[in-house]
Amino acid sequence: MSTVAPLEVRSLTKRFPLGNAVRRSHVHAVDDVSFELRPGTITALVGESGSGKSTVARLLAHLYEPTAGTVLFEGHDVSHVRRRRDVLRYRSQVQMIFQDPFGSLNPVKTVRHHVERPLRIHRVVPSNQVEQRVYELLRTVGLVPPEDVAAKFPHELSGGQRQRVAIARALAVEPKVVLADEPISMLDVSIRIGILNLMARLKEERDIAFLYVTHDLASARYVADDIFVMYAGQIVEHGPIEDVLSNPLHPYTRLLLAAVPDPAVKETPRIALTRGQSSAAVDPAAGCRFRERCPLAVDICSSVTPELVEAQPHHSARCHVTAPAPAT
Amino acid sequence: MTSLVEQPPVTRAREGRSLLQLKQLVVEYGYPPRAARAVDGIDLAIHKGEVLGLAGESGCGKTTVANAVMQILRPPARIAGGSILFEGENILDRSPEQLRRYRWRNVSMVLQSAMNALNPVMKIGDQFVDAMRAHEKIDRKRALARAGELLELVGIDHRRVSSYPHQLSGGMRQRVVIAMALSLEPELIIMDEPTTALDVVVQREILQQVDALKRDFGFAVLFITHDVSLLLEFADRISIMYAGEIVETARADRLAANAQHPYTQGLLKSFPPLRGPVTPLTGIPGSPPDLRDPPTGCRFHPRCPHCSPEQQALYHRQTTERPRLRTIEPAHQVACHLVEASE
Repeated sequence: MSTVAPLEVRSLTKRFPLGNAVRRSHVHAVDDVSFELRPGTITALVGESGSGKSTVARLLAHLYEPTAGTVLFEGHDVSHVRRRRDVLRYRSQVQMIFQDPFGSLNPVKTVRHHVERPLRIHRVVPSNQVEQRVYELLRTVGLVPPEDVAAKFPHELSGGQRQRVAIARALAVEPKVVLADEPISMLDVSIRIGILNLMARLKEERDIAFLYVTHDLASARYVADDIFVMYAGQIVEHGPIEDVLSNPLHPYTRLLLAAVPDPAVKETPRIALTRGQSSAAVDPAAGCRFRERCPLAVDICSSVTPELVEAQPHHSARCHVTAPAPAT
Repeated sequence: MTSLVEQPPVTRAREGRSLLQLKQLVVEYGYPPRAARAVDGIDLAIHKGEVLGLAGESGCGKTTVANAVMQILRPPARIAGGSILFEGENILDRSPEQLRRYRWRNVSMVLQSAMNALNPVMKIGDQFVDAMRAHEKIDRKRALARAGELLELVGIDHRRVSSYPHQLSGGMRQRVVIAMALSLEPELIIMDEPTTALDVVVQREILQQVDALKRDFGFAVLFITHDVSLLLEFADRISIMYAGEIVETARADRLAANAQHPYTQGLLKSFPPLRGPVTPLTGIPGSPPDLRDPPTGCRFHPRCPHCSPEQQALYHRQTTERPRLRTIEPAHQVACHLVEASE
């Protein structure tokens, strides 16, 4: 295994302008986010709507350009590549799977067309082998018999099957990195597991580095190795997934955990729900962005922005109370 | 909570009776021989003030049940048999004008895409006023004031009556729709995947709110979802639907502890746990059948892990005979040959 991570981000920042020229403000959608994706590893990126998790995936997919920070692909800075050839080369290594399998496939084209296109555009195999490869890919994602499936149109497939087509299309270019943005949240509960199992298998067999963006902690626990929890544009906690979920440090992670319906516990403790949502990311003042919803907030939280502190080996959190900065 | 409604609804429930009863309800899309039976002879009862969960995969007919109860089925869908009794009266006999009063007054609905159910070019308050004035004589000013009260009930500032839908977040819009569904104090609210598009924290907020409102207002809820884990926590009783049929009904705690139908067991094993060991899960292999041509016998048999030709006698019954719902313990019914065989 190479020592260079296929994809690494350092201090990634993305701001979106709001308002007009007179009253300008910025949403700090992604603020100083750093992590790396390692081969054969699934990294979960978890947070609520508006936390910036999808923006991270889109920045990595080169759909947005970062305001600041760098994206390193195998050690090379690719955050500002513009030339079509370079962008194509990057996209041939970093592929994305979207949330909506109904919107991401062209309704008037067959499955064959969708899987074939990346093979031709990126010239993955000689044109006389394209058909063979399409069938192989469909078989890999569990769409059998591939000859029949390839001739179908998206409307003839179920949601789960469509998502498998999207995965086959992403795999066509033999990527090193796959960014999966909520790949199962629009699917039926009964077929979600199938897609998660497929991701786990591909990670093993192809040594792919996955970024799994989700708000579902239980599914993250099922497939992921590491977890990053985002709140209002910032990483508030990260570490090996079992460590984080069994011993969550940040109050926001605890809130997320408490919100998950858990059939094992009929009487779950009612969580205190306080308002103050994604607006925390609009022109944030100093201090912790979670403080207004936080049951543990103390004075320092409204004046000093907490840093990510490694409170336990490999397990860091951004909280004055549960992960205080070591005295210097 | 003071009553917001002066005129009583068409009828009031008598104690101790089911509020709503479906008897052998059949809903078809299209006409024979190409008809798809989306709902095939289901029996279902909802009691006053309870939350009944109805769960199943996409295309199992659960939304069709909701639309039938609300009497908003549109062609090619039609009720091909059975009856729907609301407080003992068959609503299928009612005139369009009676139905218009029944809807929203007796039964209201929070739709699957409720976030998009609001008119984007109308202020929130005006949409409340429209809904209220369609059903009772009330002047605009008082209707607006009541809209404000209703918004406060679901945790939204009453001044939001003058906001447009796009100025609210998804979770807030969902709460607005719930407030609207409450506006005429119906006895039953149908919620069709009300939280599917929302994230977990907002989902829990909304469910807690519905639970609290239910205690204040005493309405019953028909809660439709594909997420059984949600129902185990939130519903009093749960019915599991597969391919147009009810395959199992039980109290939520009994369903969690003692699910009998292989399909229910599969659904329960479809979501990974948050605690305890992580074991590989399989979900439910295969996909739901085409309802224009459902499998013979038990409709689940092509996907059933307990159906193999080796057990000849059982296999024969599974593939040729439709299982009946039978009671295996108080308030727990299952339609499965395996259960019958083990008796």
